[in-house]
Amino acid sequence: MLATLILEDGTVLKGESFGAQGTSVGEIVFNTSMVGYQEILTDPSYANQIIVMTYPEIGNYGLNDDDFESEKPRCKGFIVKNSCENDSHYKSRQNISTYLKNNGIIGIEGVDTRLLTKKIREFGVMNCLITTENTDDNNFSEKLAQLKGYMPNKDVVLEVTPEKSYVINESGDINLAMIDYGCKTGITDSLAKRGCKITLFPANTDAETILGGNFDSVFLSNGPGDPADCKIELQTIEKLIGKTPIFGICLGYQLLSIALGAKTYKLKYGHRGANHPVINMLDKKVMMTSQNHGYAVDTGSLTQIMEQTYKNLNDDTMEGFRSESLKIEAVQFHPEANPGPTDAAVIFDDWIEKMREYKKAPVRKAEEMASL
Amino acid sequence: MGKDLSIKKVLVIGSGPIVIGQAAEFDYAGVQACRALKEENIEVVLVNSNPATIMTDEDIADKVYLEPLTLESLAAIIKKERPNGVIASLGGQTGLNLACELDKAGVLAEYNVRLLGTNIESIKKAEDREMFKNLMNEIGEPIPDSEIVSSYEDAKKFSDKIGFPIIIRPAFTLGGSGGGIAKNEAEYEEIVHSGLQQSPINQVLVEKSIAGFKEVEYEVMRDANDTCIIICNMENIDPIGIHTGDSFVVAPSQTLTNNEYQMLRTSAIKIIRALKIEGGCNVQYALDTKTNQYYVIEVNPRVSRSSALASKATGYPIAKVTTKIAVGYELSEIKNAITGKTVAAFEPALDYVVVKIPKWPFDKFASGDRMLGTKMKATGEVMAIGRTFKNSFKKAVASLEDKHTGILHYKFENLSDEDLLQDLHIQDDRRIFRVSEALKRNFDVQKIREITKIDPWFINQIKDIVELETALEKTPLNEELYKKAKDFGYLDSEIADISKVSEEELKKYDYPAVFRIVDTCAGEFHASTPYFYSTYGEACELEEFKKEHKGNADIAGASRECGANDTKKENILVLGSGPIRIGQGIEFDYCSVHAARAILENGYESVMVNSNPETLSTDFDIASRLYFEPMNAENVMNIVKKEKPYGVMVQFGGQTAINLAPKLAKQGVKILGTSLESIDAVEDRKVFEKLLSELKIPQPKGRGVKSTAEALSATKELGYPVLVRPSYVIGGRGMQVVYNDDELLTYINEALKFSGEHPVLIDQYIEGLEVELDAISDGKDVLIPGICEHIERAGVHSGDSMSIYPSRSITKRQEKKLVEYAKKIAKKVNIIGLMNIQFIIKDDTVYVIEVNPRASRTVPIMSKVTGIPMTKIAINAILGKSVKSQGYGTGLYKTTKLVCVKMPVFSFQKLNRIDPALAPEMKSTGEVLGVDYSYKKALLKAFIAGGYKFNRRKQRVLVSLNDHYKKPALKIVKKLYSQGFFIMATWGTHKFLEKNGVPSKMIEKFMVDKLQKRMKEGRLSFVLNTPTLGKNSQTSGFQIRTIAEMYGIPCFTCVDTAKAYLNAVKTYDKGAKLNSETITNYRKKKFLGIF
Repeated sequence: MLATLILEDGTVLKGESFGAQGTSVGEIVFNTSMVGYQEILTDPSYANQIIVMTYPEIGNYGLNDDDFESEKPRCKGFIVKNSCENDSHYKSRQNISTYLKNNGIIGIEGVDTRLLTKKIREFGVMNCLITTENTDDNNFSEKLAQLKGYMPNKDVVLEVTPEKSYVINESGDINLAMIDYGCKTGITDSLAKRGCKITLFPANTDAETILGGNFDSVFLSNGPGDPADCKIELQTIEKLIGKTPIFGICLGYQLLSIALGAKTYKLKYGHRGANHPVINMLDKKVMMTSQNHGYAVDTGSLTQIMEQTYKNLNDDTMEGFRSESLKIEAVQFHPEANPGPTDAAVIFDDWIEKMREYKKAPVRKAEEMASL
Repeated sequence: MGKDLSIKKVLVIGSGPIVIGQAAEFDYAGVQACRALKEENIEVVLVNSNPATIMTDEDIADKVYLEPLTLESLAAIIKKERPNGVIASLGGQTGLNLACELDKAGVLAEYNVRLLGTNIESIKKAEDREMFKNLMNEIGEPIPDSEIVSSYEDAKKFSDKIGFPIIIRPAFTLGGSGGGIAKNEAEYEEIVHSGLQQSPINQVLVEKSIAGFKEVEYEVMRDANDTCIIICNMENIDPIGIHTGDSFVVAPSQTLTNNEYQMLRTSAIKIIRALKIEGGCNVQYALDTKTNQYYVIEVNPRVSRSSALASKATGYPIAKVTTKIAVGYELSEIKNAITGKTVAAFEPALDYVVVKIPKWPFDKFASGDRMLGTKMKATGEVMAIGRTFKNSFKKAVASLEDKHTGILHYKFENLSDEDLLQDLHIQDDRRIFRVSEALKRNFDVQKIREITKIDPWFINQIKDIVELETALEKTPLNEELYKKAKDFGYLDSEIADISKVSEEELKKYDYPAVFRIVDTCAGEFHASTPYFYSTYGEACELEEFKKEHKGNADIAGASRECGANDTKKENILVLGSGPIRIGQGIEFDYCSVHAARAILENGYESVMVNSNPETLSTDFDIASRLYFEPMNAENVMNIVKKEKPYGVMVQFGGQTAINLAPKLAKQGVKILGTSLESIDAVEDRKVFEKLLSELKIPQPKGRGVKSTAEALSATKELGYPVLVRPSYVIGGRGMQVVYNDDELLTYINEALKFSGEHPVLIDQYIEGLEVELDAISDGKDVLIPGICEHIERAGVHSGDSMSIYPSRSITKRQEKKLVEYAKKIAKKVNIIGLMNIQFIIKDDTVYVIEVNPRASRTVPIMSKVTGIPMTKIAINAILGKSVKSQGYGTGLYKTTKLVCVKMPVFSFQKLNRIDPALAPEMKSTGEVLGVDYSYKKALLKAFIAGGYKFNRRKQRVLVSLNDHYKKPALKIVKKLYSQGFFIMATWGTHKFLEKNGVPSKMIEKFMVDKLQKRMKEGRLSFVLNTPTLGKNSQTSGFQIRTIAEMYGIPCFTCVDTAKAYLNAVKTYDKGAKLNSETITNYRKKKFLGIF
């Protein structure tokens, strides 16, 4: 069945539908990972977005039970050059087409994905409409109007955060609070594996609730959307700072930066892929990292209390910071990988070690904080 | 860190002659290395014995030594040049082994030379099986159950413990030579013995076979700061059990989940860190298909064939970056040349699929054992890039340049379904095509998988391609079907053939090929690499690219070096030579690269087309634009339609390019240089014969025949012996000397089957001195750089014979004749550009036996030993500059004190059941050059460079001569005896020698076992065996020859080669001091050289 894709810049591309039917509007972004479509599809950070895979053969090994990053896909569409019907892997439970159909995600194949990628690169990320409905001259203007009138939900985090708090790995020796903005399973797995008992909280949980839980550390997860839109979430973080050690990844890192006085800005077309070189500015070691973000922290806006720790070698954007006195540390990229290289997993080791240290020595008193 | 400023002068070790398992990829790597060093203003000293390479060109390094790659030779060069460092990781296994030897012998320490990049300890840890095993155990990386053994007794203990099948891998050999899989004790004993024999340290690894696992490779890179990156991973379509060099390979992996991909990536990085590799490295894995169990199979602590493939597949210059790392840079300090903005510390992202298919020599060696295993047999490979696997796979098959372009490649029509099912078990070069045939017959995918162990994903992909063919057969062609076929990679010629329509009719669908850029980053960053591949139904990137570079062809590294800036708008297409095969080797890549550069120097843009991932011509830095495409008329025309070139150069890409010429000309492409009519005039037997008689040039009488009757009447007239061969061939394929009607009929009946519309040629066989020359002509004047004479008498293919420059046994009068004939032919045929003429001189008559209207195998050699840049002069002549005006004069060029001997190098150890006997049919895979100031020294050097060992001990020599050669050989055998060799002879030869007063020990022909034992124990110096006719593999001669090859005992099958060898032995025994000079210096010395 024919499917149509309309971009904000007026580009219209035709392809074949291989997922659910209907119409969907969202921000179009591309990911350059050559493997890991299952993890990408189920990464909640893609909420509101339509994903283009630059690697042309997608679905080759089907979808299995082990590689989900959340319970369901949150993206608004999936665009590939070629989807695989006859997948092949001993773990595979279903093919990609079935999965998308079952989860109501529109999929389009047979599209010139390189052309799309270059358009996004040149124009910047933009909105896009995909539809499996018959589009012709009669209803084209209607579709275009729908696209032009699209306003993303600014509270997208609340769409993907859990409704109630719950605990993972009861037996862990580090008592960790995780504010879940759309957390990937990879992050909780990485932490649990290293001995954390994790209590996951909804994004709008207040600081008092968290501080009342007497946790060793707080962790801020990844998540979708513009960090500047996360008003409630920021209020909570501001109140946590100084009172507990805090670690953050991706959106969690961006929110921490804003809470500490720095600014974020939207990247032209984001970083989404599994090959981003990041240099540790302290020991000058380079790692390949998995990334998925559309916003970055402005290096120029760093406040005195923040120390930049990582930098992207492709475009020099900031990738991490710490504040030793506040016991805060956060990175923009994804040390949990999924998908992508696991080079940065050492960061979890490092953080866990710190969490254990902090457990012994509580954060300084409020009076001390006031003097900072 | 930055560059290590103490490094001022570096020695780069090349990989020597092309053999199976070590081919053109090291020329590509070596040239990148030299260029990278020169960029850093480091003085480069290069050593390589292979004259056919670009890397031994004088402008690649500051000093080029065309000297043997031996410890002695390298030590002499180091002593003289005193480099600060040596780079060995780019010279293949040869380079690596030499570095270890230099270290062991204390040469590096004595002259204070540092091994740059990966250190000796690391090399040893990766290469020595025991040390490697220990290291893997230490870091917890799984390896299959194995044992390192130095005797069969120990090997037996291992097999008793774990049972068969067992893989045998000898230590320190290239391309796994000497290894194999044993399914039973008999096979095991044989392979272990041969492996022990071939391993320089007498060690083999015996290993529990995990045949059937997926084979996956990772190309890893590490710098001194411990930054590690994966350039590319590759999945073998063929499972473990078939050498990766003999496997169909796809990049990136297609059937691995992210978890599996990262699991192996993490392991590879762990290993490269533990080994402390600095530079490129290759790690091979076996991955179970039912669990996530994996095993580390092998680590190559150096740049390899796979890294050349990975470089071409991704655009990432592995050799160049390895070199930069070796001189101190970190990955984050090296610029990514493709984007110009990002750094070399990143992992390429592909938005296309790459398929590699090996090119095997079995079309030439009909008797050869086609079975594939752990010993590599392919001479070359093709690569294709496509947006989808199907497209890429289909294109790769078309790139093989076989008779059929489709995947239903071989006709298995005669096989019943039962037989086909049975044959699916056969692991040979045709297995994938058997799978295609099985799918065509609707065999079950799972069934095929069970038998072949090929992942069903690949089988299903092939099934899609096959099913489309069925659809084309059954439904009338329509636009949708046509477009789908094009998307899948079908050629118009195939579609027309299957759908029973004309190619002309297909034009109405107007679905042109478009071109895409290889950019390492999947479009994420702006890049303007001049590196293209074709696809259908998508946006073309060529116009955009051209617009960006309008009036600025200064994008190719080559053009920068040439100083070309004022580029005319027009471009010229250079056709490459496709995969390396016997008869069409690296020398044509040499010519293509030079052609591309000379075109730039003439102010045109150069556009290169080729399908070979190993070579330098497919480095995107060579021409203005590179197209990685099959060397097929349709694919080339697709490029022509977009590029609209001024013309096309066909004379530099071997027979591949020449064969394309008429098809391109028919479609209106201008053939530059020698015209199509002229090419035909020398290639068409009848026309050429007439032409020579008009010029009154003697030639062996010959006939072209198309039937057995014609053949018989022809030989009646010509008289035996005659030389028979098909016309239009590469490397004298199917050429043979026959002595009577029986032999003739056997040959003719076979040959007529394959010759198609072309006749089979029958010539008088004149057994004289064979001489050849290359010439450059502008239609008026001819420049002949030099004349070579062959050591072996006529009848041995010129590619397989040893040859001497300057010629030493022809008279002035004969020389004059040769030059006169060359001039006459060039003028008459109107040769514009290069040509090669082969002559036979007998009884003072000079016969012309062959004219090739194109660059020949000897162009790189002659260019180097004379200092005449032949390809450049030819290109200049083609583009309108007279030969006379180019500063090298006309006629025969002067000689200097330099003497060189070319020595062919064979790869028989890799190929079972191939008769090593020299014949009119070419068998060698590469060559070395011995250069010195005298013939004797050059000859000895050629033998040394060719791998012959010389020592004072005179041992047994086995002599077995056919009747034809008994007399001619007598003198040599006498000499042998007088030089102190102990002669063993077969019955007939013994009797003959006895009659002529030469003592010998008679041995029974059937005592092959005993001989084998002697050879195994190294108690035989060499074998002189002239083959009896009739290529029966059961003859004892054949067995003796093949066993000798197996144990690496020199085996001379031509009396003349043996004579030359004895000459070399004599020179050696006299203690001659060989010179060690750069090629430039050898040439400089005119007279009164120092001896």
